[in-house]
Amino acid sequence: MTAHTLSVQQLSAGYGDRLILQGLNLDVLPGRVTAIVGANACGKSTLLRAMSRLLAPRGGQVLLDGKAVHRMAPRKLAQVLGLLPQSPVAPEGITVADLVSRGRHPHHGILSRWNRADDEAVAAALEATRTTDLAERAVDELSGGQRQRVWIAMALAQETDLLLLDEPTTFLDIAHQVEVLDLLCDLNQRRGTTIVMVLHDLNLAARYADHLVAMAAGRLHVSGSPDEVLTAANVRAVFGLDSRIIPDPVSGRPMMLPIGRHRMAGA
Amino acid sequence: MTAEAITAGRLRRARYRSRVIWTALVLLAAGFAVTLMLGQSFTPPQDVLRVLAGQEVPGASFTVGQLRLPRAVLAILAGLSFGLGGAAFQIMLRNPLASPDIIGISSGASAAAVFAIVVMGLDGAAVSVFAVVAGLGVAIAIYALSFRGGVAGTRLILVGIGVQAMMQSFISYTLSRAPSWDLQEAIRWLAGSLNGAQLAQAVPVLLSLLVFGGLLVMRTRDLEALRLGDDAASALGTDVGRTRAVVVVAAVGLIAVATAVVGPISFVAFLAGPIAARIVGPNGSALLPAALVGAALVLAGDYAGQFLLPGRYPVGVVTGALGAPYLIYLIIHVNRTGASL
Ligand SMILES: Nc1ncnc2c1ncn2[C@@H]1O[C@H](COP(=O)(O)OP(=O)(O)OP(=O)(O)O)[C@@H](O)[C@H]1O
Ligand SMILES: [Mg+2]
Repeated sequence: MTAHTLSVQQLSAGYGDRLILQGLNLDVLPGRVTAIVGANACGKSTLLRAMSRLLAPRGGQVLLDGKAVHRMAPRKLAQVLGLLPQSPVAPEGITVADLVSRGRHPHHGILSRWNRADDEAVAAALEATRTTDLAERAVDELSGGQRQRVWIAMALAQETDLLLLDEPTTFLDIAHQVEVLDLLCDLNQRRGTTIVMVLHDLNLAARYADHLVAMAAGRLHVSGSPDEVLTAANVRAVFGLDSRIIPDPVSGRPMMLPIGRHRMAGA
Repeated sequence: MTAEAITAGRLRRARYRSRVIWTALVLLAAGFAVTLMLGQSFTPPQDVLRVLAGQEVPGASFTVGQLRLPRAVLAILAGLSFGLGGAAFQIMLRNPLASPDIIGISSGASAAAVFAIVVMGLDGAAVSVFAVVAGLGVAIAIYALSFRGGVAGTRLILVGIGVQAMMQSFISYTLSRAPSWDLQEAIRWLAGSLNGAQLAQAVPVLLSLLVFGGLLVMRTRDLEALRLGDDAASALGTDVGRTRAVVVVAAVGLIAVATAVVGPISFVAFLAGPIAARIVGPNGSALLPAALVGAALVLAGDYAGQFLLPGRYPVGVVTGALGAPYLIYLIIHVNRTGASL
C-alpha cells in the first residue's frame, strides 16, 4: 500500500466573516496515528472539515499527495480520505446494515452495480466494530454508544487509506473507548491506514497516538511525540488548567493528572 | 454476520422497493384506464383503444379524445412533476415542511404564470419559461432572506411561508385586475385545476420531466447521502454544493413548468414524499416512488372532484382538503419529532 501524504499549509478557514483557523500548518505522518487535542471551540472540527474538502480554505491549502484537496473530484478524494464527522444524522428508520453500506458510496458511479466486494467490506466493518448483531436493527433505536460504533463501521466500510475521525469515542463507555482505539490501532498496523482523530481524553490520546497535536484558538500550539507535547506547561497554555504529568505505569507514555481547587491531597 | 447475510438483506430491500414501484405503476395504469372509460357515461374499452389508435369513433372521439385523455395525461405528468420536485426539496432540506408548495415556490411560479397570461398576454412555452425563472427567483430570495451565516431549516420555512402569502395575494390582485375575471381561472392559479386541459399542453410538462426529472433521478444517491448531514455526505464523496444547485434548479423546473399549465395543485408536492416514504420505509430512496404517488394523487383527486363527490370540484380543492389536516399535524409534531424524510 502506498503511504499518502496529507499536509496543511498556512491554512485559514472559517464561517461567514469569521476566520476560525489562522495560518495553520500541519504535516500528517503517513502510516501513523495522530491525535488532535484542544479546548472546545478551538477549531478542531473546522480543521478536519477543511482537510476533507467540506470547507474551502480562505487562505493556504490542504495538499493530498501534493494536490490541493478542494480541487480534487469529491468522489476520488473520498476513495482515499474518509471522515467520521462529529455529529452525523441517521435518516429515520434506516437499518444498521444499510447505513454502514453507505460507506461504499464513493466506490460507485451512477451506473456501477453493488457487488460482492462491497458486501464483504460491510461485513468486515460490522465485525470489527462488534455491531454484527445489530445489523438489522434501526439505527435510531440504538444506544448512543452502539450508534457511535455503527458510524465508525460506516467509515471503515469506506476502506480509505486515510481516516479522519472527529471524537470517535464520544458516548462510549471506557471499555468501548479502549476497544475503538485498539481497533483503530489494528487498522493502522494491519493495513497501514493513516489515522487522524480528535480526542478529548488527553491520557488516551497520549497512549494511542504516535503524534500529538495541540490546538489553541485556531492555531497549532505544539505538535510532536506525546512526551514532547503532554507537559504541564502545554496543558496550562492550551486548556488553562494546572496539572501534573507522571509516566503512565501501564504504557510508559506520559499521563496527565488535573489539579482543580478541591480534593487535593495535602491542600 | 457474513457477507452472504449482507447481500441477502440488500437484495431484500431492493426487491421490496421495486415491488412498491411496480405496484404503483400497475395501479396508475389501471386508474388511467378507468378515467378514460368511465366518466358521466361509459365508453367500452374497444372504443377507447380505437380512439387512442387515432380512429374516428362517433361520440367517443370527443369524450375520450378531447375531454378525458388530455385530462388524464396532464394529471399524470403534472402529478409526477409535483411529486418528484416536492420530495427532492424535502429530502434535500431534511424537512417535510420544506416543500415548494409550502415555502412559496409553487405560488411564485403560479404568480408569474398568471401575470404572463393576464397582463402580458403571453401563452405556451413563454409562460413556462416565465414561471421557471420566477420559481428560481423565489427560491433564491427565500435562501437569501433566511441566510445568516448558514441556512437553518426552520428560518427558511418561516420565510417561505411569508413569501407564499405574498405570492397568493399577488395572484389574487392580478386576477382582480384581469379584463375578464373568471372564477375557473382564479381557482386554477390559486389551487390548481385540470379544467379545459388540452393534449398540446402536455408537451412542455413531458419535456421538463425528461430533462429535470432525469437530472433528479440521476442524483438519487447523492440526495440520499445528504440525509446523513452535509459533513458525512461530503466525506462520502458527494459534492454537496453542486448537488444542492442541481436539485434546486431541477426541482424548481419541474414544479414551475407543471404549475404554468395546471396551476399549483394544492399539497401534491407536499404530500407525495411523506406518503412514499411511509410506503417504502427503510428500503431505499422515496424519490421515484414519490413521483408515482404524486401522479396517483392528482389522477384520483381530479376523478373524485369530477364524479365521486356531490358537486364538481377542481382537483386542487380535493387535494387541498387532503393536505391541510396533514400540514396541521406536521406543524404540531415537527418540533417534537424532527423531520421524517
Ligand atoms: N457551521 C458553523 N457556522 C458558524 N460557526 C461555526 C460553525 N461550526 C463551528 N462554528 C464556530 O467555529 C468555532 C470552532 O468550532 P469547531 O467546531 O471547529 O470547534 P471544536 O474545536 O471542534 O470544538 P468541540 O471540542 O466543542 O467539538 C466555534 O466558535 C464555533 O462556534
Ligand atoms: Mg468539534
